[in-house]
Amino acid sequence: MDRRAFLKLAATASGTAVLSGVPLMAAAQAKGGVLNVVVQPEPPGIMIGIFQNVPSQMVGGNIFEGLLRFDADLKPHPLLAESWESAADGMSHSFKLKENVLWHDGKPFTSEDVVFSLDKMLRETHPRVRNFLTAVESITADGPYKVDFKMKHPFAPFIQSFEVGSMPMLPKHLYEGTDYAGNPVNSAPIGTGPLKFAEWQKGSFLKLVANEQYHEEGLPSIEAVYFHVIPDGASRATAYETGKVDVLPGGSVEYFDIERLSQLPNTEITTKGWEFQGSQCFLWLNNTSKWVSDKRVRQALMFALDREAMRDIAFFGYAKVAPSPWNSSTKYYTEDIRQYPRDVEKAKELLKEAGYDGSPIRLLPLPYGETWQRLAEIARENLSEAGINVEFTATDVAGWNQRLGDKDYDIAFSYMSQYGDPALGVARLYTTSNIIKGSPWNNVSAFSNADLDALFDAGAREVDEEKRARIYQDAQALIAEEVPLAWLFEMIWPTIHRANIKNLISSAVGLNDSLGRARIE
Amino acid sequence: MTRPNLLHKMFSRADVWLATLVLLVIVALAVAAPLIYPKGPWAMGGRPFLGPAGDLRFPLGTDTNGRNILAGLIWGGRVSLVIGLVSTAVAVSIGVLIGAVAGYAGGRVDAALMRFTEIFQVVPGFALALVLVAVLQPSAGSIVLAIGVVSWPPVTRLVRAEFLSLRSRDFVYAAQLQGQSSLRIMFRQILPNVASPIIVMGSLMVATAILLESSLSFLGLGDPNRMSWGFMVGASRTVLRQAWWMATFPGLAIAVTVLALNVLGEALNDALGSQSGKR
Repeated sequence: MDRRAFLKLAATASGTAVLSGVPLMAAAQAKGGVLNVVVQPEPPGIMIGIFQNVPSQMVGGNIFEGLLRFDADLKPHPLLAESWESAADGMSHSFKLKENVLWHDGKPFTSEDVVFSLDKMLRETHPRVRNFLTAVESITADGPYKVDFKMKHPFAPFIQSFEVGSMPMLPKHLYEGTDYAGNPVNSAPIGTGPLKFAEWQKGSFLKLVANEQYHEEGLPSIEAVYFHVIPDGASRATAYETGKVDVLPGGSVEYFDIERLSQLPNTEITTKGWEFQGSQCFLWLNNTSKWVSDKRVRQALMFALDREAMRDIAFFGYAKVAPSPWNSSTKYYTEDIRQYPRDVEKAKELLKEAGYDGSPIRLLPLPYGETWQRLAEIARENLSEAGINVEFTATDVAGWNQRLGDKDYDIAFSYMSQYGDPALGVARLYTTSNIIKGSPWNNVSAFSNADLDALFDAGAREVDEEKRARIYQDAQALIAEEVPLAWLFEMIWPTIHRANIKNLISSAVGLNDSLGRARIE
Repeated sequence: MTRPNLLHKMFSRADVWLATLVLLVIVALAVAAPLIYPKGPWAMGGRPFLGPAGDLRFPLGTDTNGRNILAGLIWGGRVSLVIGLVSTAVAVSIGVLIGAVAGYAGGRVDAALMRFTEIFQVVPGFALALVLVAVLQPSAGSIVLAIGVVSWPPVTRLVRAEFLSLRSRDFVYAAQLQGQSSLRIMFRQILPNVASPIIVMGSLMVATAILLESSLSFLGLGDPNRMSWGFMVGASRTVLRQAWWMATFPGLAIAVTVLALNVLGEALNDALGSQSGKR
């Protein structure tokens, strides 16, 4: 029996026993230091079973944990699950849970929590999980430390979906039978992660402190993390310069400040930690609007855009021109498909063939600040050079969501994560079953093609790697020909931090689950 | 109300000469913009962040997207001037209409219209304009409307006061005895006598309207399809440390134009001998 097992026993016996153990633990480990991180924008909530926004994930992903953790190559590693097995035909999976894991309130974590989280709560509160679970027949607990999944049909990227942002484990004893969205625990969440919630001063900062009963030996080594809310990009850059914050997560400062900040003393810059998200920036093309529904017009748009100039001017080089609708970190990526280098003459020809008469095409910029506005201005300039009459629709975030949800646009900027596997993050952008009114996060292009639907369907069920690769390469070729949307860039999100912070990013989701493993030297 | 020595009176001052000259240059450039920079203000011709006088093609430098600042200034002048003039026309029209009816009719109609006017006067003008533009979605039309809606109450007050004092004059009674309709009396008999204070006030309102439009654009609520001075200043806010010229030149353009309009307005006011236009 090690110390943790003892603690677990103590915890089940009485809550106060745990508290008396805390100072001992703190003394035993060489701990130290406080991390100051920018969070941008302020999250609407940090209970990531309910709020899936990017800033929510960065805070909540350190409080909650998934069964598995993924490295930069998207290889799974044990976390809450010690080991796992999948049947060769992909029809069943089973997970052996780690013992001696405690929730932040001292209750033990068991298979009951896993079944509740997936089968009950996330099914209701997490649209992406609902999607994964369509392939699952049943989820059952086999004793306190084993969970079995029976499948209706194989779902190839099943193991991949056990990452914390996709499937965070939630405490059954606090949520069962309650109104999930209105549960008061949401404002002071209880997880199993290395950091636990301490304080949230709205508009100012959010504080997490070390979880002294964490289930991995020697972690966490920092005392606390402060997430600072600083609404203005220039002020965030200044906060780093003045030493108020030590970590600027990707996307928190404008691209033109990155070069200057990364030159500061004791500063490191890294583009790691986004492999799982693998976000790609693209233009939604409304396949139900008059001109854009013509394939030739969509191809013309691809030819007209100067993606090199966009990368250099709007992103200051921090983006990669995408040769495929797949992100290069997404499985089965290929460049061996039709390419669209800039060719204004070709664009003009295609437009002429399509009979385009110069009527206005509405462009919806992404209302996420300076960089995206400049990007849209470049696109408008590029397109008008090819003779397309582009009109901006000015809108805020709410208006952007609504217009995309209602398909009330012609072309629109967006970026979305691909989660490393085409069945997780790519299929949703193209398949007919994902044309759902009211949401800006599905097949907003309203593109519908039976062949492509069939390919994505087959790909999700195929367990043979080679066959699966062929299916998805065919899908990429078909998309490259049809241009249901205009893929532009693989996003690069540089994280800037003090050089004396070590091991800051240790997984494929980066800061979203690595902060508890960082050290300050 | 002809004043033969109006022009003479006005142009006896050097600052008026200068202001007129400045405005003429700005107007001429704005009108000639399509000839000077036929590709428009959004064309990305150069390297981004080129300083002024670095390249003869871009005498005032380039912005974040490599767009010519000078082209932006010239095209932006068009937008600022047109929005300033049109929204003033809107405000004056609303103001004259309500003020004339209130002042001429008096009594309950007057009281009702004045309470209505006060509703607009107690709401901070800029805040109301922000809300209107945000709700209607930013476009040239919504901006003109918003500026018009927040700017008319002073005109109403002015016109009403003039009408109140003029409606009991002999020439009005004479017209009434002739059997002229109220509408005709209001707009053919009385209104011409109120013209000079309205003109003075209008000229000053153009300046205010340009400032309002610039402020809206600065906050990102300008028409995204039209380059304006306010937009240019707003776009440069975050890169002030890298490119001072991006904010400086459009800022100067706004300042100089507004100043010139104010000088002219004041001069008109003095020349017309009216006190009511003073602020």
